[in-house]
Amino acid sequence: MATESGKIDPMYQFEIHPLVDFNLFGYDISFTNSSLFMLLVLGVIWIFMAGGMKRDIVPGRWQMAVEGVSGFVNNMMSSSIGPEGKKYVPFVFSLFMFILVANFMGMMPFGIVPGVHTFTVTSHFTITGILALMSFSIVLIVGFWKHKLHFFSLFVPHGTPWWLLWLIPVIELFSFMVRPFSLALRLFVAMMAGHVLMKVLAGFVINGINAEALWVAPLVSVPSFILMIGITMLELLVCAIQAYVFALLTSLYINDAVNLH
Amino acid sequence: MPQIAQLLETYASQIFWMLVTFGIIYFGIARMMLPKVEATVDQRNKKIADDLATAEAARAEAEQLEEGGDKELVAARTEAQAKANAAKAKAAAATEKSLAAADAEIAEKMATAEADLAKATASAMASVESVASEAAADIVAKVSGVSITPAAAAKAVKAVMANG
Repeated sequence: MATESGKIDPMYQFEIHPLVDFNLFGYDISFTNSSLFMLLVLGVIWIFMAGGMKRDIVPGRWQMAVEGVSGFVNNMMSSSIGPEGKKYVPFVFSLFMFILVANFMGMMPFGIVPGVHTFTVTSHFTITGILALMSFSIVLIVGFWKHKLHFFSLFVPHGTPWWLLWLIPVIELFSFMVRPFSLALRLFVAMMAGHVLMKVLAGFVINGINAEALWVAPLVSVPSFILMIGITMLELLVCAIQAYVFALLTSLYINDAVNLH
Repeated sequence: MPQIAQLLETYASQIFWMLVTFGIIYFGIARMMLPKVEATVDQRNKKIADDLATAEAARAEAEQLEEGGDKELVAARTEAQAKANAAKAKAAAATEKSLAAADAEIAEKMATAEADLAKATASAMASVESVASEAAADIVAKVSGVSITPAAAAKAVKAVMANG
């Protein structure tokens, strides 16, 4: 939190700072705090998965957890797509784990160490946009690969009356093209809004305690703090739900491409 | 909003590191480690299914054996019952036969005895007659002094005995 003249800027947490400067073909690909948190996410996922690789017939707790997550994604894919969904499990698993861990990373209280700021990777629409574009591209590639030009029949649902043929495909096409935006924005907005809210409430608490008038602290800080506890719980829930929603919608979109309607 | 304010200066870095990270997660973790985890789960499920199938087969076998045992038991019981019945019938027949034989023997003996008795009675009767006629002749002689012939005495006795 940047405290300039006593003000707490709730947007400061989203700022990107280069840590190590890199340049590639004229593009600035500096290693930033955002990149650092992506690598943290990668490391956490790797440690989590590596801990479950004992391959025991009778699993321990950690292996049980890893198998639980993999089984969860597996079930989601097979229930949304069917037996063919198995092929797309690694992709959706990557999406799900990356978003889930990135969301949770953003909730970690690293800020108690002075000078360290937690960064939420998924609160940037560049990131969520890439994720959404990847799942949209998979849908397009799989759709055209499997069904060639027949894929366009996706825009004419079964049972469309002939006299609506001029309207339905337009609406379907529109809803199809909107998918990457809705995917990206849903995640980005949910994460950003939650973190801004938490930061604003935290500002209330801190500024209330620092206020000169003594009645402000119990009247503002205490309720804000209690509310913050609830909001934090809610945010933890949102972290998991958003990752689930992203993965679930991706699996449904892939289902469209694999099975058409 | 830094997401928009910093977009132009950071998009390349964001995209680059995002792709690197996601690529490592996808190729390194989701395609290398995840299949092993799934294989372990599948292996376990297969083992459980196999064990269950084995147990089910063993149960079916046991049931079949029990059924066979039941059948044998029933057959043995039927046989035993048949044998017992036959033995009972045989014994009854033998008893009847010996009873009949004994009856016949008894009847014969009785017939003989009756005949003997009748003969003895007749002879006794005859001797009684002769004794009575002698006695009658003696009595007549003593009482009246008339001597009668034994034939007349016998005739008189016979007449009396026939009446009495």
